[in-house]
Amino acid sequence: MIGIYLPGAFIIGGLLLVNRNKMLSNLLVLAFLVLQWIFTVYEYRHINITEFNYFKLDALALLLLITLSIIAIPAMYHSHIYLTTKKDTPRNSAIYYAATVILLTTLSAAYLSNHIAVTWIFIEMTTLSASALIYHRRNNRSLEGTWKYVFVCAISITFVFIGILFLSFSLQHRGGGGLTFDALLTNAATINIFWSRLAFIFIFTGLTAKLSLVPMYTAGIDAKDKAPSPAGALFASVLMNVGFVGFFRIYIVFANTSLHSWTNHVILIAALLSIFVATVYMVKVKNIKRMLAYSSIEHMGLIMLGIAAGGIGYYAAILHLILHSFIKSSIFFQVGQVYRVYKSKSIYDVGNYFKYNLTGAIVMLLCFIWVTAMPPSGLFISELMIFRALFQSHYIIVMVLVMFFLTMIIWAFGKNIFKLLFAPPVGFDDSNVVKINPVESISQFIFLGLIVYLGINPPVEFVTLIQETIKNLPK
Amino acid sequence: MINVLLIIFTISLLYLSIADRLLTYIKILAFQGIILFGVAFIELIQINPVNLALVLLETIVFKTIFVPLFLNYIIKRNKITRDSEPFLPNFISLIVITLIIIITFLLSNSIVDSSISKIYFIVSLSAIFSGLYIIATRKKIITHVLGYLVIENGVFILSLAVGTEMPLLVDLGILLDIFASVFLLGIFVNKIGDVLKDVDVDQLKKLKD
Repeated sequence: MIGIYLPGAFIIGGLLLVNRNKMLSNLLVLAFLVLQWIFTVYEYRHINITEFNYFKLDALALLLLITLSIIAIPAMYHSHIYLTTKKDTPRNSAIYYAATVILLTTLSAAYLSNHIAVTWIFIEMTTLSASALIYHRRNNRSLEGTWKYVFVCAISITFVFIGILFLSFSLQHRGGGGLTFDALLTNAATINIFWSRLAFIFIFTGLTAKLSLVPMYTAGIDAKDKAPSPAGALFASVLMNVGFVGFFRIYIVFANTSLHSWTNHVILIAALLSIFVATVYMVKVKNIKRMLAYSSIEHMGLIMLGIAAGGIGYYAAILHLILHSFIKSSIFFQVGQVYRVYKSKSIYDVGNYFKYNLTGAIVMLLCFIWVTAMPPSGLFISELMIFRALFQSHYIIVMVLVMFFLTMIIWAFGKNIFKLLFAPPVGFDDSNVVKINPVESISQFIFLGLIVYLGINPPVEFVTLIQETIKNLPK
Repeated sequence: MINVLLIIFTISLLYLSIADRLLTYIKILAFQGIILFGVAFIELIQINPVNLALVLLETIVFKTIFVPLFLNYIIKRNKITRDSEPFLPNFISLIVITLIIIITFLLSNSIVDSSISKIYFIVSLSAIFSGLYIIATRKKIITHVLGYLVIENGVFILSLAVGTEMPLLVDLGILLDIFASVFLLGIFVNKIGDVLKDVDVDQLKKLKD
């Protein structure tokens, strides 16, 4: 099926790029969504079958593919609203739609790939399509954001490649299929320790650009800020997941070698530093979208803590990853509306949101409660499990530090969101405020409901899939 | 013979650290392309001829001719001044790059694996870190691209170390090379030059918290 999906999606992307007709482009986007869903359903029915040697749908890929297909629908809907209200030129809209379609396609392919080099190629391609989205506004600042993103991603992708080379050095038998994740896992016991240490360091450092962790988090922040909000929603959810896929598949290999505790320490340091950086900037930042981007760093740090702690932390990390994708994309969709009301993302220019957009304000308030992991949010469950895992693996000091940082983050987040919702705006002319149709918030409500459902009462199938994902990790 | 070529490559890194003018950087890059052609030819002679031809064409056409000419064109078109404008004096750069080479040399002593020849490891890692150092200490945006190209050359050498057993990885390295350089330079020639008049990293300080 991937043999039909990939060419089909690329053809749709190509047609979108050359097409200037509005009606036709809507139809093409619709066709892509239908194709995406047919592909997802087909793959769901054919789990664990290898296609074309390099693609295999395992439980992790399935979970993230379904997440992507769900988020793709509102992302396209909000993109449509964004482009029509902004009255963009047909050319810019065409590039935007084509880049989004290619981004979603390459992400799906990267999730499914079973060979580290194929994953690498598709991650490289996501950089390409993402940069077109970041440059959408065509001004100085978006150019700066694009350049930084492309440059940092180019360096990071080179680092991943160096890591892959070191990994190939570490193999005893360098045959053709030696670098599939399955083969690596089978041969995990025999790999050379010296080279694999270097390999892990380089691959992990390289992937942090997509994962939004220290040290290469900076590019992602500018990208999420400068891209239009629907694209930002994709960057903060599914694009971060692709980094996680690359990392997690290689982590499973290393967890089965004698380097397991060493890798855990590397991850722990990166995670702790990420949460610290996120805390520092969250307190200081005055731009709502950048604040949300820093919040993504914090959540990715928590996910990594869960992985490093092990035990129940593995389960919690996967759960948290999926729930975070939904919550972060819904906040970004909502921020698009905020921008349309105030024409600004700065915290100084906004306020009294309840007066101008009642539905949007309710969504924003709920999103705040959900993203800071207060009950009934599903993230509460996953964070609780992460802390339990940290406690069980005797990382008490780490746990206390992280709890302290999270308290600061909740305070900073709350301060800004309550300013947006309740404090009167300074110097805001409310004579002709844009009316936002409440229908545009339906997708956010559905996502919020989904998070509660998946967190508090997860369906059996969902739990089985997560357990399937982590079955190869040592207990 | 390979050892001689790789040592010349390392010396070119030292020369890079004291180069003042952008044109010198471009010439060094072209020279490194020729060295890589030689190394690839000797090392990969046993692999499938079509693949070998691809690798050799990439080194000689792309690395040695196309990229330097293109860089030259960009510098002329955007009227970039010819000085590389380092933040640190050349003397310190020379010491730092020498230290990088010495450290990778010492690090290589801890390798116990006999199947990989150490010289590839030393030379490529020196090139990668020298490239990063150049990116960090030069003021112009174009020198960031030049530093990136040095990193690419280092990666190419590293991929040659397993080239006979896994030619796929060399091809991937080439893919990265073409993709990243064309993309970075493409943005540069089309956008940066038109929008930002004075091409300097100080122009890229608007996005911050």
